[in-house]
Amino acid sequence: MTFFLQMLVTGIVVGSVYSLVALGFVLIYKSSDAINFAQGEFLLIGTYVCLTLITAYNIPFIAALMIALIFSAVLGFVIERIVLRPFIGEPVISMIMATIGLSSVLAGIVHITWGHETRVFPKVFSEQPIHLGEIVIAPVYLWSLLIVVIMLVIFTLFFKYSKLGIAMRATADDQQAAMSMGISVKMIFAVAWAIAAIVSAVGGILLGNINGVNASLSAIGLKVLPVAILGGLDSIPGAIIGGLIIGILESLTGGYLDPLVGGGLKEVMPFVILVLILMFKPYGLFGKKEIERV
Amino acid sequence: MRNPFVMDCGEFHVNYKQDMAIWKISRVRMRVFILLAVFAVFPMFASDYIIGLATLCGIAAIGAIGLNILTGFTGQISIGMGAFLGVGGYTSAILTAKLGLSFWIAMPTAGIVTAIVGGLFGLPSLRLKGLYLAIATLAAQVIILFVISRWDSLTGGTAGMVLSRPELGSFVFYSEQSYYYLMFVVLVITTIFSLNLFRSRVGRAFIAVRDRDVAAEVMGIDLFKYKVLAFIVSSFFVGIAGALLGHYTMVVSPELYSITVSIEYLAIILVGGLGSVFGSIYGAVFITLLPVLLRSGVEMLSGVFPDLSAVLIGMKEVVFGLVIILFLIYEPQGLAKIWKNIKDYFKLWPFSY
Repeated sequence: MTFFLQMLVTGIVVGSVYSLVALGFVLIYKSSDAINFAQGEFLLIGTYVCLTLITAYNIPFIAALMIALIFSAVLGFVIERIVLRPFIGEPVISMIMATIGLSSVLAGIVHITWGHETRVFPKVFSEQPIHLGEIVIAPVYLWSLLIVVIMLVIFTLFFKYSKLGIAMRATADDQQAAMSMGISVKMIFAVAWAIAAIVSAVGGILLGNINGVNASLSAIGLKVLPVAILGGLDSIPGAIIGGLIIGILESLTGGYLDPLVGGGLKEVMPFVILVLILMFKPYGLFGKKEIERV
Repeated sequence: MRNPFVMDCGEFHVNYKQDMAIWKISRVRMRVFILLAVFAVFPMFASDYIIGLATLCGIAAIGAIGLNILTGFTGQISIGMGAFLGVGGYTSAILTAKLGLSFWIAMPTAGIVTAIVGGLFGLPSLRLKGLYLAIATLAAQVIILFVISRWDSLTGGTAGMVLSRPELGSFVFYSEQSYYYLMFVVLVITTIFSLNLFRSRVGRAFIAVRDRDVAAEVMGIDLFKYKVLAFIVSSFFVGIAGALLGHYTMVVSPELYSITVSIEYLAIILVGGLGSVFGSIYGAVFITLLPVLLRSGVEMLSGVFPDLSAVLIGMKEVVFGLVIILFLIYEPQGLAKIWKNIKDYFKLWPFSY
């Protein structure tokens, strides 16, 4: 039972990070109908910038985090403007290939700038494990969970009450109607990319604090696909719940099934779930069903 | 008799037969035969390294034609081609190394097995399209690779398997030249098959599905049947390419078929030209030679910038991504379209407007 709870807690924490990254993914899809295959590289770049600021320039963690987030936002803006803008209204394959090309460019830049070896964050959170009943939790897990929850609350409020957030929802609903109400749709796209870059950077920094940073961290970018599909590609609550479900299932698979098959099933599990979802409920738990009219 | 030095001012077809012909003008036939002859003769003069590169380009072209049938002609995006290539390679490896069958049986079987696997993963196309289908094929990629690297008893796990070069009687295709000719024959057959495919009912149905699936269905095309058929035909060629590649490099292992390979193949057909058989070949040559040219460029510059070779891998990725993005923005129809533009320019010269 203890083992189960331990796995559950790990799953919830990792899953909450997935939720955060998937949030950015869903946001881009919702506003501009683009699938962002470069999400993992956004995450990587944000994390490395934060890490470099801390280790090379001795900037305190919170300040470094803020600078990294601002940097990510600018990066998102610039990339949307330079790379993605020409593809508005183009066929799906152009959009997919554009973001794949983008991910290759960003991955190359990360390789050139930061190399391959795994780096670790200097200890930001205390290492004294916390005992909750029988299970033991590292503080970094609790902090991660807390930060993710705060971020999710902030974004929920942002979409519900701020002018920009309402404009984003309007654009996602109907671009032409939004445009005729005086909303700059281009601006909304840019903001969506900036937010996606920010949430990825936060997710990356949290995971980096847990596991260390290297180029394989960008695999998260592909793992959010099952998360987003499970929750429904265009649903923000779906992304959050999907993230938690996938995180927990992954962790439990790693704990119970991996010893049976000799490892590796943990990484594949999300994709098995993905195939099942696509076969039986393609628009996910909360996604809007597309109805095609001729 | 026509003056041979006067160019046409355009292609004017007056009946359906002309419009459907493979060689639209008789001069094209000459040109193709000369080109074929050049490619058949050139290994006798080139070095082993060049022939090896040409073989790799050719194998990539076979796979790319396969992918283009699915993505370029039928409009079903697949991000799982790397794994299908692996299925082909592994099938051939298992048949030849474990069962002792000859390569000439193993290669077509590899194609058929890959076609079956591809057809299976094409089944979701019944309900999914566009983005969702692309993601489903991505899942296929991950799951197939997992099976390959975990099924130790059959595939040798992460260590991979060792293959031998094919034999014909007592002759072994060991030299670069002989393997080049083997690849060349397969490539020519693949090209002729796919050129003819799109003059048939099936090929036109594929194109109709791509252009507007609802309209195609209204005209009596069974969408599901043709989508799955496209997956099957395309995977068959990818499997053949996988088998050829496996026997050429003489090793198969899971990391040779990662998602990077899938992306590379997508880049090939994109750069070459979606929905163009010859475009697949141009793209295969371009993308295969890109890292080679980049490496020699870096070596040339290493005197000036000694640090450059350290970042070669990163640079490769940057250039690769940039090529994809720039082609998408400036010439979405790829090299095939550029080549056509050049031809049209000279055809109408000096009044090219």
